[in-house]
This record gives sequence, structure tokens and C-alpha cells, in this order.
Amino acid sequence: MIEAKGLTKRYGDKCAVEDLTFTVRPGIVTGFLGPNGAGKSTTMRMILGLDRPTRGSVTVNGKPYAAHRTPLREVGALLDARAVHPGRSPYHHLLALAQSNGLPRSRVLDVIEAVGLADIAKRRTGRFSLGMEQRLGIATALLGDPHTLILDEPLNGLDTEGIRWVRALLRDLAARGRTVFVSSHLMTEMALTADHVVVIGKGRLVADRSLASLVADSGHSSLEDAFVDLTSGAVEFPAPTQNGSHS
Amino acid sequence: MSVMRAELTKFRSVPSTAWSLLSALTLIVAFGVMYAMVRVTRPPADPTGFDAVEVSLAGVQVAQLAVGILGVMVITNEYASGLIRTTLAAVPRRIPVLWGKAAVLATVIFTLCLPAVFGAFLSGQSVLSAERLDISLDEPAVARAVVGGALYLAVVAVIGLGLGTILRHTAGGVAAVIGFLLGPQMLTGFLPAELADDMYRWLPSPAGLAITTTAPGSTLLSPWSGFAVFLLYAAGLLTLAAWRLRRHDA
Repeated sequence: MIEAKGLTKRYGDKCAVEDLTFTVRPGIVTGFLGPNGAGKSTTMRMILGLDRPTRGSVTVNGKPYAAHRTPLREVGALLDARAVHPGRSPYHHLLALAQSNGLPRSRVLDVIEAVGLADIAKRRTGRFSLGMEQRLGIATALLGDPHTLILDEPLNGLDTEGIRWVRALLRDLAARGRTVFVSSHLMTEMALTADHVVVIGKGRLVADRSLASLVADSGHSSLEDAFVDLTSGAVEFPAPTQNGSHS
Repeated sequence: MSVMRAELTKFRSVPSTAWSLLSALTLIVAFGVMYAMVRVTRPPADPTGFDAVEVSLAGVQVAQLAVGILGVMVITNEYASGLIRTTLAAVPRRIPVLWGKAAVLATVIFTLCLPAVFGAFLSGQSVLSAERLDISLDEPAVARAVVGGALYLAVVAVIGLGLGTILRHTAGGVAAVIGFLLGPQMLTGFLPAELADDMYRWLPSPAGLAITTTAPGSTLLSPWSGFAVFLLYAAGLLTLAAWRLRRHDA
């Protein structure tokens, strides 16, 4: 369970996130959607206690993130799959994290196996493809067998098989009562994975409702069309219209 | 304690650690021997003021750059890759990460540099013995100076960590640690001679290196007071680093 109340983040006079209030419930996959620069990553960093909100608050499983003694047992996060030391192996990367939260070494081996990195667990990550790094990032998130998962663009760089694997994984975690909060810009993928969506644009909440009702009420047939409609006023770099400008 | 184990795992598991340590250890011994050879070809006019220990420990002053840079890198490589966010999400109180890194650095550097400094002393003395300039480890204060060389380097690594944590940037941190260790002495050159002499002993590196001398001249503090001053500099930087780590967005 993630509860944000009036969450606001300003950098100087620029507002990255403005007065966000939403709840991410357990047992379902909640998609976190928004155009580039909408404030998705900033919001996730505030949930994890990495960035301090200018105003408002956010709790995870009933407490501010930083109040958890062994947070990896509560919350697993993937913010940036490339955030690994290129000279360190997946095994040591995960081992250090496990040690910092008092998790047994067996968890490291379990998650390495679970994400399919067993063959290259002791190789340096420097030459990994983005897809392999995403697998390591997901292993990192799963390490403490947490109740809540927060994943920022976990599908980037994955091949079709990888995407299907992550989709099945997220559905399975939700089915086992976990809270799954996942951002993506791939609407077709979110339409297949998410039960509920939180949509933001220019840092403000645009929608917080079930995926089915969002699409049904929009008058469109797909999440993609509904999304474009919802966020059309909040796009940072609007694409040129297809039949415009050639007058 | 768990955070310290985690930091030790991280420290051990990147190749740059081994390379930095290897270069530091080589520099300690190689420069000690080289400088002793130079002094043998140009023996002092008045041997009473000659500090045979200091000569054989000359490599410490070169190795301090490798050690200081290693201290910087231990934190700035996490900022460069973004790994710091994963680290701090795992340890949201944050400060234990800094203490863990400092403890690992100080312990490992001291443990590895002690035999290197000892080796530099022994080989330096054997070179100096050609001109009967050598000194034995049994002489007063000699053992303290040799152990002091390793202690000095351990603190240098922590200073690097402090500067890296404050600046969060590898190039900036490297420049800062070199500047911190070598810069102030150069600036005293612009001051009137008497004032420069008064200030010199209080500067970070000269204060810290007093512990590696057996015949401190009037320009240096006494060995342990000098080292205490050096520790105060390190403590000041670590406090600033802790504030920066705790207070600012990751």
C-alpha cells in the first residue's frame, strides 16, 4: 500500500510535482502513466525517501519509507537499471544489498536464478545489454521478497520474451496480494498488464481509476487513445500533427 | 555492522580497488628506496639533523594521492552510475553508509599499508647504510614514525571519502583531495616568511606528516599533536559530508 497526500516537489520556481494525492492498493497492478517529464520518476524517488517533498507526504505500508528498519523486506524498487557499477558482478551487487538489510545469501542466489542471470552472475556488468541490466534491476527489487514493488520503466530494453516474462511476473505478484506500482510509457503494454492506472501530466494528477473504466468513459477503444486525450495539454514536446504544416 | 559488511563487499568487488591499492603500495616502497638512493649520493653536511626514517618514508607522500583518490572514488562512483540511490534506498538513514565506507577504507588502508611502510623503512635503511646514515627500528620514536606512515594514509583515504561525498563528482573530488593535501603549503609561499612558518605546521598534510618524523624541526608540530590536528581536519570534513548526505536529495 502506497499513500501519497498532497505530494509536491519544486526545484527553484519550477514545479516537478504538484499536489499529488493517490493510493496504490495491494492485490492489483497499478500503472503509473504520464508523458516524458510529467514527474513520474520524481514521484517514485519521493516515495523511496530519496528526494524530500517540498510539501505533502507519502507512506509505504503505513510508514514513511525511511522509518522502515530493513526497507528491502518491505519495498523493492527498480529506478534505473543502468545504476550499477560496471566493474562489479550481479552476484556482488546483490550480495552487498542483501548484507545491508540482513538478508541471507540464499536470497541472492534465489533471485539470480529467478531472473535467469545464473550463467553470468559472476561477470562484470559493464558489457551487459540493457535487457540484462533490467533483469538485474528486477532481481534487486525482488531481493527482500517485499510486499510492495515500485518499478520505473522495467520493460525498457527487454525483448519480447522478456516483456512477456515481466508481465507474467507482475500479474503473479499482484495475485499473491502484493502492491505493484509500475511506470511505463508503453500504453499497449500497460493495457495488458495494469488493472488500475494513475495518470499524471505536468506534475498534476489527471486520472486515478480502473483501466477498464478509464477506457470506457473516454469514448476511445484503446488505452493509448484515451491517454493521448487525457494528457494532450500536458505534453512537453508535442509531436507535429500528421496533416498539418504542409499548407 | 551489517552496513559495514555490505560496504566491504562493494569495496572488494570492483577491480579499481585492487589497482589503486597496488599502485599505492608500490609507490610507498619504490619512492622510499629511490629517495634513499638520492640521499646516499648527496649525503648531508651535518648528519645530526638528518632524519633517516623520514627519508625512507618519502613514498608515503606520493602514495597519499593514490589513497586519497581511492577514498574519493568509493563514493563518487556511486553518484556517477546512480547506484547511490539503490544504496540509500536500502539504508534510508544514510549516515551508516558514510561510517561504513570510512571504517572499511581506514581499516583496509592501514592493514595493507603498514607492511608496505615497514618494507620501505627496511629497504630504505639498507640503502642508507652504505653511507652509515641508517637508523635501527629499536631507536626511540622510529617504530612510531613507521606505524604513523600507515596511520596517516588511512586518514588520507577518509579525507578523500569526505571530499567525494561533499562534491558528489569524481573529477571535482580528485581535484579537491589533491588540492587539500598539496595546495595550502604552496599558498604559504605568498606570505611573509615568519607568518608562513607559523602557519605551515597547522596545515593538513604537514600536521599529519609530523607523525612520520623522528627529528621534527621547529617548523613542525610534535608528532601526536600534529596527528590530532590532522584528525580534526578529517572529522570536520566527515561532519560536513554527513550533513550533505543526510540533508540533500540523492
